Amino acid sequence: MSSTKFRGGAAGIACLLLPSLALADELNGADTAWILTSTALVLFMTIPGLALFYAGLVRSKNVLSVLMQCFAITCLASLLWFAYGYGLAFGDGGSMNRWIGGLDLFMSNVGRDSLSGTIPETVFVMFQMTFAIITPALVVGGFAERMKFSAMLLFSALWLTLVYLPVCHWVWGGGWLGDLGLLDFAGGTVVHVNAGVAAIVAALVMGNRKGFGTTAMPPHNLTMTVAGAAMLWVGWFGFNAGSALAANGDAGMAMLVTHIGAAAGSLAWMFMEWVRHGKPSVLGIVTGMVAGLGTITPASGFVGPLAALIIGFTAGVVCYLATAFIKRTLKIDDSLDVFPVHGVGGIIGTLFAGLFVGTLGGVGLAEGVTTAGQVWVQFIGVAATFVWCAVLTWIILKLIDAVIGLRVSSDQETEGLDIVLHDETGYNL
Amino acid sequence: MKLVTAIIKPFKLDDVRQALSEIGVQGITVTEVKGFGRQKGHTELYRGAEYVVDFLPKVKLEIGIDDDKVEAVIDAISSAANTGKIGDGKIFVANLEQTIRIRTGETGPEAL
Repeated sequence: MSSTKFRGGAAGIACLLLPSLALADELNGADTAWILTSTALVLFMTIPGLALFYAGLVRSKNVLSVLMQCFAITCLASLLWFAYGYGLAFGDGGSMNRWIGGLDLFMSNVGRDSLSGTIPETVFVMFQMTFAIITPALVVGGFAERMKFSAMLLFSALWLTLVYLPVCHWVWGGGWLGDLGLLDFAGGTVVHVNAGVAAIVAALVMGNRKGFGTTAMPPHNLTMTVAGAAMLWVGWFGFNAGSALAANGDAGMAMLVTHIGAAAGSLAWMFMEWVRHGKPSVLGIVTGMVAGLGTITPASGFVGPLAALIIGFTAGVVCYLATAFIKRTLKIDDSLDVFPVHGVGGIIGTLFAGLFVGTLGGVGLAEGVTTAGQVWVQFIGVAATFVWCAVLTWIILKLIDAVIGLRVSSDQETEGLDIVLHDETGYNL
Repeated sequence: MKLVTAIIKPFKLDDVRQALSEIGVQGITVTEVKGFGRQKGHTELYRGAEYVVDFLPKVKLEIGIDDDKVEAVIDAISSAANTGKIGDGKIFVANLEQTIRIRTGETGPEAL
């Protein structure tokens, strides 16, 4: 973790205790302008980017349900972030600070003049809020086309509270993983491992879609998916380069390596399909793009462009193989492939951040840390996120299933969620 | 009178319409349809998931004509829609009992 990025350690805590005195730094207009812009870019990733990306991948009878889920999560996560999320993630947890932040209800400590580093704290709050929005929205891909809307809302609220907020605090809010020296620039563990693991656990707990593996479930509108994917690519500049929390060289390098990772991932996946199936597919190239971007994310502030090239190509190949393995060998219906793309990408990207930080133009290892030692810390970060997320997601889903039920009825699933849950249809042509 | 129904490859529609106009056919009805014959379906692949698409898109033409034009119409469609590859389609010829022009009430070959 770059020291300028997220507040951690004793100095950070002092700042948190005395926000009005957190003033070794002065407000910087350029930094503030860039993070305001980045915040808009990252919100743009979820709505409309991810929403369209996912909506095109489902069948036409469920297109609105997916758009609705992304939109509702955007609203819900925003209000929870305001109510208590920001405090638990980035506030001071006192004696519990290794594990969780403080209960700063309705952001009572955040004022017009509070600073976070060189930017207004309100801007930091908003920037981080967009991450808390997109992470549960990514999980939608795991349970798409079969979950009740009410159960989805309840799940997203509980998951954000019990999984996202603690892990975010551990890594970025001054918790134990940050203290351990975990390098996660923009969310390999917090966002991508978390979302990927939650999605596949949800797929396992809920079961496969009716007819999975025996009936055709092709994407209903790949044009929409490609448009959404392209928006994700653009928005990702805010996600990664914005995570520098400054308009400086770190942000510039993060943007460069992000772009290289995306391009390399796209071509790697495309060529894998071309070699193995005879044709390069449109869905393949855009999925490779997401894999490349998800994988470069944790490393984006630490590695150089050559490392990004390696990371991007590896992401395209490994995530492609993982997708086929989960779907065809394990026959798990992680419907929109969230785990093999985001989960696997997040895992290898977090490990790569440790491997390449000290070489190929990386920012260099911390004093006294070896590459092997750093990779070990990265592994701990991945494993802790993986286990915490898997266990808590499973418990939350089982609880909801017992109380209100997770899944629509079999007939409703056949009819399609748009008409059954929302009394609307996506297309009246 | 005969009703000629032809199932052809969609991209051949313009050629067929042109060929039919040249032999004086006054009107045709076109429908986008799906079906399968000996060509069977094809395979689509999405992120490693293979789907066999059983029904392929085709275009169906319906043409009502007088008996003396049947051979010319069949020849026109056959040559214009032919690619020599599997899936070029079929032509069906059926007897047509009656034709009525709605606007004028004319019946029989006059109404074609």
